[in-house]
Amino acid sequence: MNNSQVNRLKDNAFKVFAIICTFFGLLVLAVLLYDIFSKGFSRLDYNFLNDLPSRVASRAGIYTALLGMIWILVLTVLIAFPIGIAAGIYLEEYGKKNRFANFIEINIANLAGVPSIIYGILGLELFGRILGLGNSILTGSLTLSLLVLPLIIVSTREAVKAVPKSIREAAYGLGATKWQTISSIVLPSSFGGILTGLILAISRAIGETAPLIVIGALVYVPFAPTSPMDEFTVLTIQIFNWVTRPQAGFVTNAAAAIIILLLFTFMMNGIAVFLRNRYNKRTRF
Amino acid sequence: MKSEMYKLEARNINLFYGEKQALKDISIGIDPNTVTAFIGPSGCGKSTFLRCFNRMNDLIDNVKITGDILIDGRNIYKSKINVDEHRKKIGMVFQKPNPFPKSIYENVAFGLRIKGVKDRKVLDETVERSLIQAALWDEVKDDLKKSALSLSGGQQQRLCIARTMAVEPSVILMDEPASALDPLSTAKIEELIYELKSKYTIVIVTHNMQQAARISDKTAFFYLGELIEYNTTTTIFTNPKKEQTHNYITGRFG
Repeated sequence: MNNSQVNRLKDNAFKVFAIICTFFGLLVLAVLLYDIFSKGFSRLDYNFLNDLPSRVASRAGIYTALLGMIWILVLTVLIAFPIGIAAGIYLEEYGKKNRFANFIEINIANLAGVPSIIYGILGLELFGRILGLGNSILTGSLTLSLLVLPLIIVSTREAVKAVPKSIREAAYGLGATKWQTISSIVLPSSFGGILTGLILAISRAIGETAPLIVIGALVYVPFAPTSPMDEFTVLTIQIFNWVTRPQAGFVTNAAAAIIILLLFTFMMNGIAVFLRNRYNKRTRF
Repeated sequence: MKSEMYKLEARNINLFYGEKQALKDISIGIDPNTVTAFIGPSGCGKSTFLRCFNRMNDLIDNVKITGDILIDGRNIYKSKINVDEHRKKIGMVFQKPNPFPKSIYENVAFGLRIKGVKDRKVLDETVERSLIQAALWDEVKDDLKKSALSLSGGQQQRLCIARTMAVEPSVILMDEPASALDPLSTAKIEELIYELKSKYTIVIVTHNMQQAARISDKTAFFYLGELIEYNTTTTIFTNPKKEQTHNYITGRFG
């Protein structure tokens, strides 16, 4: 074999290796999906979604967990999105670039890396005990909000930073105030990027279990929450509870609940990707 | 000097970027309804000086300005002035076309919208009038809803000019408006500037000396942050008084 043949062989070898790597993750996901669906799909029906939890596996449903998750998500979105986006805008547009700003920036990056259980302990102490909110939905949402805030702040900043200086100048040049420039030019132009951060935040919030267990989310909730001050459980905790049960029926339940959880996550991601693509097409520079 | 004669007047402008002095004691008076060209080598401060007139330098940290700028006899560096309101009267066209990532219509309407104009009829009329003035109407009248970013570079720049005129400023500052465009688009922009003179006072920064000679009534030559010579364009290009000006326009440096 001469040199060029060796090189071509290496070239192809790497290509094959890269393809295998690409499919490795997908393959694992496929195996997981197959496993979950084969176990849980037959368990899925209207009653499963609409039943209260029960000691009998075949009668147990995810109604309260599903509602708890929706409550938690909606409140987290309401709390974390405005604060996170506003903080990101402040840091990028208003904050002076000095040492203090640097310090804040480093710490926000650090916060993004703090293990979620630590947030749980913080939430338990601060919201649950000091503020006296107990193990309510509100405590859970506030805790998850803290958890996803750094994500939202960082992605908002990145998105806002990506808006070219030239179009800001155009707005100022026409006599727009700072807020007019931000609200009518900068934010719409960076909406795609901000949305990406929000997707990540929601996906993360849906998947979190540990901090909610720490703040005292219940495993068994026989009633549907009706206010933010109610006790709650969420899907992930319900799944966690079921997989630890010895009876085979609960494993089936867990698989079925996982299907619902995955559907939720995929649906969220799908909607967000769709919106992002639509906005990106409109605002490419 | 009788300041009421001038549309724009700068008195002893000094500008510092941190420690570095970028403009040195510049005084100039610009007559209404004329085109004035600022020429000079890169980094001579002509763009910086242009941006003093609509206080665009305010947006940069660490800039300090001393001296006065009067527009229609009013000092715009007095602390009481409302900068946003002031900028509505002084339009600016930038070096690179910078349309908003919005539709053609919304680009032109933006200046009115931020003033709070909601009347559809007023908006429609202003958009049409401005686009006609900017010689763009015939090319875009059927696609007003299309993204401004789908236009060519030359069309985008004329759109930016239309957007500026929509708020009816009395002065238009142009910072090398044709430097990113092909010769055909450049010719269109120059033609446009020539026509706009009757309604506006235009100050244009340019690197292109033929352009300065073609379109301007007066020319100011800047070098290293100083205003070296300011006179009618004919005098500057045929009979400059200063040697530096002569060297620059004959292409010996810069």
